[in-house]
Amino acid sequence: MAARAVALGAALLLAALTAGPLAAVLLRAGGLGTLGAPEWAALRFTVWQALLSAGFSVALAVPVARALARRRFAGRGALIALLGAPFILPVIVAVLGLIAVFGQNGVVSRALAVLGGPRIDIYGLHGVVLAHVFFNLPLATRLLLQGWLAIPAERYRLAASLGLSPWAVIRTLDWPLVRRIAPGAFAVIFTICLTSFAVALTLGGGPRATTVELAIYQSVRFEFDLGRAALLSLIQLAVALAAGLVALRLSGGQGFGTGLDRVVPRWDGRSFGARVVDGVAITAAALFLLTPLGMVVARGLPGLALMGAGTWEAAGHSLVVALGSTALCLAWALPLATKRGELFALAAIALSPLVLGTGLFLILRPFVNPFSMALPVTGVVNALMALPFALRILRPEAEAVRRDYARLSATLGLTGLAWLQLVLLPRLRRPLGFAAGLTAALSMGDLGVIALFADPDRATLPLQVYRLMGSYQMEAAAGAALLLLALSLGLFWIFDRGGRADAGA
Amino acid sequence: MQTWLLILPLAADMECEMRNLTFAAGLLTATSAMAQTPVLTVYAPDYFVSEWGPGPKIEELFEADCGCDLQFKPGDLLPRILLEGERTEADAVIGLNTDVTKRARESGLFAPHGVDLSALTLPIAWEDEVFLPFNYGHTAFVYDETRLETPPESFDALLEAPDDLRLVIQDPRSSISGLAMVLWVQAIYGDGAEAAWDKLAPKVLTVTKAWSESYGLFTDGEADMVMSYTTSPAYHIIAEGDETKKAAIFPEGHYFMVELAAKVASTDQPELADRFMDFILGEEFQSMIATGNWSIPAALPRDQWPEGFQQLELPEKVLFYDEDEAAALREEAIEAWRQGLSR
Repeated sequence: MAARAVALGAALLLAALTAGPLAAVLLRAGGLGTLGAPEWAALRFTVWQALLSAGFSVALAVPVARALARRRFAGRGALIALLGAPFILPVIVAVLGLIAVFGQNGVVSRALAVLGGPRIDIYGLHGVVLAHVFFNLPLATRLLLQGWLAIPAERYRLAASLGLSPWAVIRTLDWPLVRRIAPGAFAVIFTICLTSFAVALTLGGGPRATTVELAIYQSVRFEFDLGRAALLSLIQLAVALAAGLVALRLSGGQGFGTGLDRVVPRWDGRSFGARVVDGVAITAAALFLLTPLGMVVARGLPGLALMGAGTWEAAGHSLVVALGSTALCLAWALPLATKRGELFALAAIALSPLVLGTGLFLILRPFVNPFSMALPVTGVVNALMALPFALRILRPEAEAVRRDYARLSATLGLTGLAWLQLVLLPRLRRPLGFAAGLTAALSMGDLGVIALFADPDRATLPLQVYRLMGSYQMEAAAGAALLLLALSLGLFWIFDRGGRADAGA
Repeated sequence: MQTWLLILPLAADMECEMRNLTFAAGLLTATSAMAQTPVLTVYAPDYFVSEWGPGPKIEELFEADCGCDLQFKPGDLLPRILLEGERTEADAVIGLNTDVTKRARESGLFAPHGVDLSALTLPIAWEDEVFLPFNYGHTAFVYDETRLETPPESFDALLEAPDDLRLVIQDPRSSISGLAMVLWVQAIYGDGAEAAWDKLAPKVLTVTKAWSESYGLFTDGEADMVMSYTTSPAYHIIAEGDETKKAAIFPEGHYFMVELAAKVASTDQPELADRFMDFILGEEFQSMIATGNWSIPAALPRDQWPEGFQQLELPEKVLFYDEDEAAALREEAIEAWRQGLSR
């Protein structure tokens, strides 16, 4: 009963923080606005690019995750941690990094020029999808990898002792896993791509790449047409929830039952062909994801010395906010780690950050000074935004633990805190570490709703990057971005490592 | 009986309360000493308050003899003040652009600034009683002469330039400089604006959300020319000693961009707000703002500008739509841009 009440409380808080601000904006606007042809064109483009981006991210992640799951090599742990980096970079930094590789003056174009080839043109729908795959391939990979690592190793040993062919192993073990994990990963990536704005515009090359989020931005910032912003937000929400429902439908299949809960080496994938396939997948993914990161580092190094005290202070604020968000997000996610909880949580990233910020501002303004609330609000909103990711990571394994250990726990009479402490949390250690790392890193990098809640004396690091760029300090901004990357990755690594400490991998 | 029982603990509470009161009284004296310093709250755009923006210098200069505490509150300036209405705590705002003044004026939230405008040295006539200009610039395509040896010499020449010239511009729907740019094209080409954008389209490498991203792409060498301001080269000259960044000056004229301050009607510090308005056109502020905000001072003769600004090439012809004209043309200008670039 107590568990139910906690879950209900968590769900209500989620509903209040998403529906509440939207309602506040609607109330203030006095009704919904209307849409013209450009907005409908934007909606079509938005949905189309999000479908493509999520599709490619998940499809390409399958071979990469499988390769990482069954190979052991020096630096594997570091590579897995580093692969998480694109996902947590502030948009503007990642875009400049990508363009430094794939742009007209980028590494690839210059290499081609040496060989007498043409410059490549990154700008267009393919550029948008490329960038979104860059951001989200790591997430999809990690989600799938998590699933593969959760398959009890005994299953692979059994497959080996039965002499199953590689194809039969794929059919009986790998494919059911992909069926179970991929739809949810697709839904969460699709949803996050729905609210893309600066990436889509910059890499899309012009007004053809207009997204719904840009129309919302225009409505709020330039036209003060809150009604239209609210309507566009509702449409975004509806599309995301529809995607979530479809994903729930598709993600059938049971888990693999419980094993002896220990690490056993894998017996499959020892053929030369399998090794080549895995090697290519890992190398290609690493090159694609790490080269732009390398450019961020290279651009940032000269700027590190120019940053000034303000940037270090901002880094401190960001760290505090990130740790607070992480604690809140995990406490929030555990009771919500069910199918319905995950579906609800999609609303958190489907809601336009600008509408969320405006709504929160309208709600809080009569009671508190928004300037003094800047950091707490940022922390709560970051936790909210990270919630769908945390749930995507935690839910499959939390459900598996509930199912697999239900009889044992009932026999021993384990309930409440004891169950949490002795059964659930230890089994969830790996996904919890991963979720905490991701939340902390996301929270470091996310600009969220701070625009209306900016605090003059307490900037966060991403805000500082934008402020520096706005004052011609491009080098210092690149340095601050590098610092942000290092801190985000550091936090991610510490939490993720903590989760994997006894995983033997 | 019951009453008595209740009183005893109450007495203990009272004592406790008294101690708290004494403590509170101590606090009160401390805060009232601080409260004697009146606070002037000024809303400003976000870039204003960073250590590289003009905010800290303005604060230092103004506080030197106002006997007050000037506090900048950064963020989305006008959306926030419109959401807050008359309950806003702002006494003044600084950093508005002409594209929002119509909306701001209609809200009735701003009061006349009462400053004598005869000191203004703007290239256009300015008689606005509510919005006070403090610095200006013009739209311009900025280039690096080491990378682009023969920049186009007119807007027409830019339209006819070979398609491998790479431009980055800003989206007029999300950026102030982007909006100024489409009004610039509208002012030069009128009904031919869409055709002009159509010609420019193959040269537009990409469109960014805001000025910062565009300028970052330009300094990274991704683009040959960036939609920026006539004043941008001054930053490179003064702060970096780099004279290779130039603004291409076109005979067709350049669109005028001005930044404005205003007094909030509901201010509880009207004298201080007035004083701040006077200060903005004063010599101290005007001599600092050029290098503080990398724009041309609104009330300072050219011979008093900093060295790097005096050597800037500036347009002879200045184009500008007042807020009513701009409001009437805006949708059309954005649509011409959208259609022209969408083909």
